[in-house]
Amino acid sequence: MQCQICNKRTATIHLTEISEGVRSEMHICEQCATEQGIAAQSQISINDLLSNLLASQPSDDELLGAPDDVSSCPHCGFTLDRLRKDGTLGCPHDYEAFQNSLLPLIERAHNGSSVHCGKVPSKIPQETKKLAELTRLRQDLDKAIHNEDYERAAELRDAIKQLD
Amino acid sequence: MKLSDISNDINDWFSGTGPLADIVVSSRIRLARNLAGHKFLNSCSDEEKSEILKRLKTVLISLDLGDDVFYFSVDDAPALSRNFLVERHLISRHHAMAKGPRGVVIARREFFTAMVNEEDHLRLQVLKAGCQLSECVEQIDRIDTMIEKQVDYAFSPRLGYLTACPTNIGTGIRASVMLHLPGLVLMNEINPIIKGVNKIGLAVRGLWGEGTDAAGNMFQISNQATLGETEDTIISRLEQIVLEVEEHEKHAKERLLQQKAISLRDHVGRAYGILTHACLLNSKETLDMLSALRLGIELDLLREWSASMIDELFLLIQPGHLQKVEGKIIGAEKRDLARARLIRARLTGKHVECEEQTGRQMPDDRHRRKDGKRQKTDDGTSGF
Repeated sequence: MQCQICNKRTATIHLTEISEGVRSEMHICEQCATEQGIAAQSQISINDLLSNLLASQPSDDELLGAPDDVSSCPHCGFTLDRLRKDGTLGCPHDYEAFQNSLLPLIERAHNGSSVHCGKVPSKIPQETKKLAELTRLRQDLDKAIHNEDYERAAELRDAIKQLD
Repeated sequence: MKLSDISNDINDWFSGTGPLADIVVSSRIRLARNLAGHKFLNSCSDEEKSEILKRLKTVLISLDLGDDVFYFSVDDAPALSRNFLVERHLISRHHAMAKGPRGVVIARREFFTAMVNEEDHLRLQVLKAGCQLSECVEQIDRIDTMIEKQVDYAFSPRLGYLTACPTNIGTGIRASVMLHLPGLVLMNEINPIIKGVNKIGLAVRGLWGEGTDAAGNMFQISNQATLGETEDTIISRLEQIVLEVEEHEKHAKERLLQQKAISLRDHVGRAYGILTHACLLNSKETLDMLSALRLGIELDLLREWSASMIDELFLLIQPGHLQKVEGKIIGAEKRDLARARLIRARLTGKHVECEEQTGRQMPDDRHRRKDGKRQKTDDGTSGF
């Protein structure tokens, strides 16, 4: 999206103002914002940020992905309108029911990641644990290659082979 | 244990003696967890919330933490107590303001708290003085593992721990450090630092978390993304940043001493003078002046107090704490009076009463010197 003032740079600041029930939006770049005396707020809560992001894009195109099979969760009745309103989901099943819609949003919130890598409850099945361990090892492998630590990379590659 | 027991003695984590304590006031790790088979809180009826609360409370108070734990019900607590818990970093503002059955389990020494029915069913927190993120994560992981032996968490192999807000899924971990950065603020170098930290995906906030400003030159830095990296990776990145910011702050202080020595001494000296002599002190100015005093201590300009004593005052001078000590709700001016009295007593070791009645004339200087009190407080001056 281009800045509405200079029409050159990419708009990184999105302002939504609702005054007397009339809603107006402004999309501008950082430089123009500084010139206009609009300071970028660095201390916004993540939930606010999320609902602002969703509210400023009524088309859903950018933030929400392809539509899912259901429009409301069969377990809790949650709909995507709820997410726009308060930034939270209705129940754990929503992540599955709305997985297409939620994917771009999840990736955006987590630097492009959409797969868990970290602690796994001890109670879950062995197969699931293996999956998580593989993800972690692959991540370590990428890191080792990035750091040109080829000895470590070879170790990790072997560990992955063994598990896979 | 009652809530009133907390207010009187200061917790371990705010004692300012951890590693890098000159700039890192405290380290904190929070984990977000939800029970499988239940809706997220926004969709829960009060009955379901009560059920979750009962289940988690039973598990939490039976935990073996090597310290007494006690439960405190938040929904039927008076606003004063809730406010006090927020100021003390024992519950979040969200938890204080939320609706329906909810509570918090607190370890006596306050290093551990577990909020039940905040935004998620369970929010665990471990807090330590100084830069101790690895120690925090080790401890919280141990506690989390004890809990998960008794309950089933909502977990997906692909998305990890499932949370009410998609921004917390995966590890559910939020690691943060509270930094005191007066050098960078006074040298006008804080904004590029904040921008740089933001750029690598970390958030910078004020003293009391989301939406608060950086009163007292205190800044909280925390991770934003919780999915796609291990807990250790997240923590080590934050630790790395702390070391870098520490370096910048150290250099800023050196330049401050070289380039602005006089105004620096003036800044610290003024804060010292006002804090030890003012009769009315509001929150904001007190935080800023305590920061100046802490700066004086960090630079060895003031030797009679420790940084930890100032950190303690940072807590005690808050409205909720002052009112907790008084045992009742008191208005802003009375609070300013109580705050000034507390600071004066702590810093000078003397109790000096100011006139409480507004509109009544303050005794003139001559009178004050005659009664000797003012003279005495002036004796304990520092090396200015």
